[in-house]
Amino acid sequence: MGDRDKFRTVAEAIALIQPGSRIMVGGFGLAGYPEGLVEALAASGVGDLTIISNDLGSPGVGLGKLLTNGQIRALVGNYYNWNPEVGLAYSRGEIGVTLVPQGTFAEAIRAAGVGIPAFYTAASAGTQLGKGKETKIFDGRTYVLERAIHADVALIKASRADDLGNLVYYKTARNFNPLMAMAAALTIAEVDESVPVGSLDPESVVTPHIFVDIMVRRV
Amino acid sequence: MVPLVSEEEAKVRIARRIAEEFAGADHELVINLGVGIPTLVANYIQKADVFIQAENGILGVGPLAVGERIDRQLINAGRQPVTETPGCSYFDSAASFGMIRGGHVDATVIGAFQVDQDGNIANWIIPNGKQLGVGGAMDLITGARQVIIGMQHTTRDGKPKLVKRCTLPVTGFAEADLVVTELGLFAFEDGKLILREIAPEVTVEALTALTEAAFIIAPGLKTMAA
Repeated sequence: MGDRDKFRTVAEAIALIQPGSRIMVGGFGLAGYPEGLVEALAASGVGDLTIISNDLGSPGVGLGKLLTNGQIRALVGNYYNWNPEVGLAYSRGEIGVTLVPQGTFAEAIRAAGVGIPAFYTAASAGTQLGKGKETKIFDGRTYVLERAIHADVALIKASRADDLGNLVYYKTARNFNPLMAMAAALTIAEVDESVPVGSLDPESVVTPHIFVDIMVRRV
Repeated sequence: MVPLVSEEEAKVRIARRIAEEFAGADHELVINLGVGIPTLVANYIQKADVFIQAENGILGVGPLAVGERIDRQLINAGRQPVTETPGCSYFDSAASFGMIRGGHVDATVIGAFQVDQDGNIANWIIPNGKQLGVGGAMDLITGARQVIIGMQHTTRDGKPKLVKRCTLPVTGFAEADLVVTELGLFAFEDGKLILREIAPEVTVEALTALTEAAFIIAPGLKTMAA
């Protein structure tokens, strides 16, 4: 594939991440997060990171490791009750946390990827999480204006890729991964299996290769 | 205090009664089940054309997976390993919440800390400094066509959960349609809370004493199946 080959080693891929970056990480609980990339990011010690993810795994597991290591400055996400260390770190003032309703979180990431700067949703209108946000009434119902969520880097997980970077996912491991692939300046995909170009059924491709910059193989 | 109905019995009764709500539908239904009591509802659904959607990206959730069937990449929104049903499909989180926000999900069954007499629901956080998460609750409550709450009638220390005005942070306003507890079934109609069924263990007076919210007794009040 010559210079079109997107495959790198995990170390090469993680070396592209600068301290202070905004990083999206796919996954829901421990399903569908890029384990190898997250392990390597934790081992790299790169810090001051803003992690944009549904949750933060469990204490010391998955993304939880980044918190244990003190690599996180801020979190943007949806649900941290599975990792009580997040609440503790937040109450000690060690990290910032921005909670976003899950559907709004998904749509804001999608919006970033598809060139939509903001959108309206009824979720959170009038609640603590809607506080300070612009609202507008459409057809008698109040909606909250939500901004798109962008990132410098997305670390995502797919089950199968061709050498171009067309991606296929596995069951509920899909979750936020295809959205994050579109939303970051640099998308790094960890894949379980790679196949030659032309061997994926084009109808089965979920993420077209245009959204994928770098790939690493799950070891 | 000793509860009128044990916690275990209460959970089963609530789940069974909510499942019954879906039994009469003459068309296929897509429902989303929250964690806790709502998850149990699936055990009592007999109809083949009730499809369970989980917001982490699956339509057609089957029973919980056990033993060799556990696949850690196939979970529900409560992170429990589940199985898939025939005709199941997977999709990303934006499509999943598109179904929810777009009004394609017929009902969401959720738990709650408090529901008030105006149909406001508080179910996402008890501000005790330990919790930090909202999940899909706000999207589900505002998006699903019908919002069904399954919760025990009182807190562990006997305080009413059906209140005049939510004191905990609200998840969504005037969104509750049906509240099922172990002691009764209440429906919101034209903004008013109506008691439609009452459990055999209580009288209307006893139930009123355990309920802070004002409610109207439906003509033809029925006894809830124990």
